[in-house]
Amino acid sequence: MQTKNTAVALAAGLLALAAHPAAHAQIEIQWWHSMTAVNGEWVNDLARDFNASQKDYKVVPTFKGSYEESMPGAVAAFRAGTAPHILQVYEVGTATMMASKGVAIPVGQVMKDAGLPFDQSVYIPAVASYYTAPNGQMISLPFNSSTTVFYYNKDAFKAAGLDPNKGPTTWPEVVSAAAKLKASGHKCPFTTAWQGWTQLESFSAWHNVEYASKRNGLAGLDARLMIDSPLHLRHIENLANMSKQGLFVYKGRGNVPEASFVSGECAMVTTSSGFLGNVRKNAKFAYGVSALPYYPDVPGAPQNTVIGGASLWVISGKKPAEYKGVATFFKYISSPEVQAKSHQRTGYLPVTTAAYELTDKSGFYKENPGSDVAVTQMVRKVTDKSRGIRLGNYPQIRTIEDEELEQVWGGKKTAKEALVAIVKRGNELLEKFERANKGR
Amino acid sequence: MEKRVVFRSAWLPWALLAPQIVIITVFFFWPAAQALLQSLQQADAFGTSVEWVGLDNFRALFDDPSYLASFKTTAIFSVLVAGLGIALSLMLAVFADRIVKGTTLYRTLLIWPYAVAPAVAGVLWLFLFAPSIGIVSYGLQAIGFAWNHLLDSDHAMALIVVAAVWKQISYNFLFFVAGLQSIPKSLIEAAAIDGARPWRRFWTIQFPLLSPTTFFLLVINVVYAFFETFAIVDASTQGGPGRDTAILVYKVYYDGFKAMDLGGSAAQSVVLMFIVVALTVIQFRFVEKKVNY
Repeated sequence: MQTKNTAVALAAGLLALAAHPAAHAQIEIQWWHSMTAVNGEWVNDLARDFNASQKDYKVVPTFKGSYEESMPGAVAAFRAGTAPHILQVYEVGTATMMASKGVAIPVGQVMKDAGLPFDQSVYIPAVASYYTAPNGQMISLPFNSSTTVFYYNKDAFKAAGLDPNKGPTTWPEVVSAAAKLKASGHKCPFTTAWQGWTQLESFSAWHNVEYASKRNGLAGLDARLMIDSPLHLRHIENLANMSKQGLFVYKGRGNVPEASFVSGECAMVTTSSGFLGNVRKNAKFAYGVSALPYYPDVPGAPQNTVIGGASLWVISGKKPAEYKGVATFFKYISSPEVQAKSHQRTGYLPVTTAAYELTDKSGFYKENPGSDVAVTQMVRKVTDKSRGIRLGNYPQIRTIEDEELEQVWGGKKTAKEALVAIVKRGNELLEKFERANKGR
Repeated sequence: MEKRVVFRSAWLPWALLAPQIVIITVFFFWPAAQALLQSLQQADAFGTSVEWVGLDNFRALFDDPSYLASFKTTAIFSVLVAGLGIALSLMLAVFADRIVKGTTLYRTLLIWPYAVAPAVAGVLWLFLFAPSIGIVSYGLQAIGFAWNHLLDSDHAMALIVVAAVWKQISYNFLFFVAGLQSIPKSLIEAAAIDGARPWRRFWTIQFPLLSPTTFFLLVINVVYAFFETFAIVDASTQGGPGRDTAILVYKVYYDGFKAMDLGGSAAQSVVLMFIVVALTVIQFRFVEKKVNY
């Protein structure tokens, strides 16, 4: 029986090979990405399904290291003339990509040249506006957009006598929950990943206060940081106090702290909505997802959170036929069905309204409580202060935020000193960027 | 009386030197010249626009207090790495020189870390010292020492020094073992007959005779600490907490490769180049006088 099955499988495999149009040359589309673990499998599946859906093009996804590594890699490749067709760039690199004229071809242009319909209005506004140039043209294709949400360990909540079905909605509630968790013997009640993104950037939009001038940089290169406001100061001081009392435990930069939540060491964490897939697969406890906490006395809060994640850029200098393949692929991954599937699988935001509605209709949000948190935080009417943040030299500004905030958690600087230093050092970088890119 | 061999041919010496000159030009002078040029430019990431800015990149650097602070960090780091690295490996080499059985095994084991890439060394030590899961930090907690290199600068500095020293010990060890073996046994035996104990024999005979090796290793280790340690820093502390472990070369790497500010990064590498040239000159002029060949 076993042998027979194997033989049948082999024969089928051979047939499939024979049926493959070897004579018909497929056009290869190189796609560089930075997705790891469960998200890396997702990217590979997307390419495989697309390749199986048609015969003309073959998308080849290649992992090129973290976001921070793949972009310089692409820069070097571009200079050497060996850049990929599609490059996944994180949101922090958006301003750099936009300012580098002639490197990327706007997505709208690629679709138009390929003769494929492209309607920008199907994209969720807060997502689309982030990747749209001041002239209204969409520059890159939103791919894995995420936002900041709050995760908590329901088992730990139960053990501490807290209501496991309701995450804390405000910062004062976070503090009291953390105190109870600590009292119940938890060593790390609260931590945060991506501290600059969650505690300064998203925090600003969520409270409808400016992170930077010029509509957070969307309206011009002469934007300057504005995070030394009383509200920012209050929040960082609050976190510093929590840190002193052992209620907030600093676990490192970037997404490093996420591991301490999955392992059960930390009971609450603020991080990307894209972390959900990892939690779902690896957490050995009941978990809850809730909206980012806010200060209830701030008028206008909660507004909406800003997006993170990455988009797909089309790099210039390739053959028209290849761009047609890119356009076909983009059309495929933007279709409501594929979008909805991706969203449900990864926890990244649905980037089109249709995908959101499709997911809603399928009953997914009811079956998976918490998976709609990120979406509901985003699908709101945005204001000029909350539309998104796009600044030059942004990777370095994030690092400055890390450096200065670490000194607050370590007790070396006061919150005020750190925020003033972030603004001063960040603005120097913004001036430098403005100067390097002016007149374009 | 110095003995000299003189080439009669005019072209032969050049021909013999040519491969070396080509290699140095391609791998050293050309990149160095590029760095010099780029340090005077401001360019966007993809190199689509380039603007000459004169000395602006340097001015910006020296106006930045955190850059100046990183000189101090680098000095502390380099002294610790070179000092500890040389002292520990000298100790190990002296021990290795004295053992009778299993010499090869002992030596082979000590040489292994050299084959480990710096980034791997950084990650390895990072795991050992990770505040919540690391075995070393667990042990430290057990004896009542709260290890946290994420927020404590001294701990972070200790972490990168340990990783950097561990990585370099094998290299130093090899040279010291070779150096010790070239010291004539008769000298040591004579001293022993005169009644000198091992400690005394080491300081009066072996250590002075090892001085050319020690000097060579000093130069090499300083260069190592200055240039080759960015991967360790990147993998373990990323310059944090704050900028307290951001040594100069890490900032060059970060600004150039991660932040893609080529002008600023090039200016820093030019500064670094001058520092190392100056240090090497100082070492050859002053320290070398104490060396007996």
